[in-house]
Amino acid sequence: MSGEPLVRWDWLFAHLGPIADRVGQHIYLAGLAVGIGFAISFVLAAISIRRRRLFPAISVLATGVYTIPSFAVFPVLVVVTGLSTLSVEIPLVLYTLVLFVPNIVAGFDAVPADVLEAADGLGYTSSQRWWQVELPLAVPLVVAGLRLATVSTIGLVTVSAILGDSFGGLGYYILDGYHRTFTTEILVGGLLSIALAALADFGCVLLQRLLTPWAAARNVAR
Amino acid sequence: MDILTATAQWLTDPAHWQGTNGIPWRLLEHVALSGVSLILSGCVAMPLGLWIGHTGRFSWLVVSSANAWRALPSFAVIGLLVPFTTSIDRNLGFTLYPTVIAMIVLAGPPILVNSYQGVAGVDRDLVEAARGMGMRERQVLFGVEMPIALPVLATGVRSAAVQVIATATLGAEFGFGGLGRYLVLGEANQDNGELFGGVVLVAALALTTLALFTLLERRVVSSGLRTRTAN
Repeated sequence: MSGEPLVRWDWLFAHLGPIADRVGQHIYLAGLAVGIGFAISFVLAAISIRRRRLFPAISVLATGVYTIPSFAVFPVLVVVTGLSTLSVEIPLVLYTLVLFVPNIVAGFDAVPADVLEAADGLGYTSSQRWWQVELPLAVPLVVAGLRLATVSTIGLVTVSAILGDSFGGLGYYILDGYHRTFTTEILVGGLLSIALAALADFGCVLLQRLLTPWAAARNVAR
Repeated sequence: MDILTATAQWLTDPAHWQGTNGIPWRLLEHVALSGVSLILSGCVAMPLGLWIGHTGRFSWLVVSSANAWRALPSFAVIGLLVPFTTSIDRNLGFTLYPTVIAMIVLAGPPILVNSYQGVAGVDRDLVEAARGMGMRERQVLFGVEMPIALPVLATGVRSAAVQVIATATLGAEFGFGGLGRYLVLGEANQDNGELFGGVVLVAALALTTLALFTLLERRVVSSGLRTRTAN
């Protein structure tokens, strides 16, 4: 890499289109996994809240799943599903479940029993109680889970670059840059994927502020 | 069934158990790299976390490092290090340094955050009582706060260890050996035996690490604390 400048700006400006496409692919792969994972997690969390005894088993299983690196899971899925978006999405969705389910369960656990009783006393039906009392109060921890899952999924998408040029989002540039010892590509892929993760993290914080205006109001009141 | 046979055959072939691409050597590389990174990282992060927890100063540093850490994809970190490490050493900078440095960065925050939280979470009355008994600051930290913080501390070290072992696999894509090498080779040669053999080894190592550190955690925590946390 000696003799080459750290960043070849001419390459960068000539590839703005493909770079934007990679950013799009990155967001698509991560967004799809987080969306599907969130939906499945809500169902799993609802089951674990009703059937408490299942929860420890689910947590142990989740820790075990999370321990196995994505780097090992992606190639396995290729053999199982063939090389397709599925071989990237299935592991990504599985990893989001591990982060979502405990946070959603904790979120609903954190709703004080007094509040639920008060809602019952006021004559809320169970669906009203869920939508107007439980869900809003569970939001902070649910969003905390969303934050974790989104940021980690954006990171994991880069790893899917090992499956070939048609995957990986920005990770493609990291790997291609390494193989060609082309610094500019590595910097573009690496810095943009970090920026994307940081941006998503910030977005989740904003989302939480929007969804729980009372928390900010309380802070100001103090 | 085909894949199972291929995997079993690959794993049991004596040829795969010797030499520098053999399983024992790759396992050693993997564990050595992870161990060195974990120790180096712990040497900085743990004292720093304990000190911040004890004095209460710079606690914003802990929070912001934990947040920044979450937004750092290891794959990107390893890649980003390559241009800089190669300018220092053209060979090792291309094969070894990026993975080691990325693993040190990866292991730091969980150890830092847990050392800090462990000590900061100790009942302030206990600390005051220790001071009232005439203990020096150092005695308060090592004699009172640290033993009580140990369960939280050990959890931090465990999660750092498990993450480093799992993530060090990525090093195989960036010139480092380790068990990830079989995944890269298996995929490149379309050899399902090698690929799945590698997956079995990586998963087994990661789960063994998780189990070992969980056991270690039980051993180091005093039984008095254990009953208290159980309540």
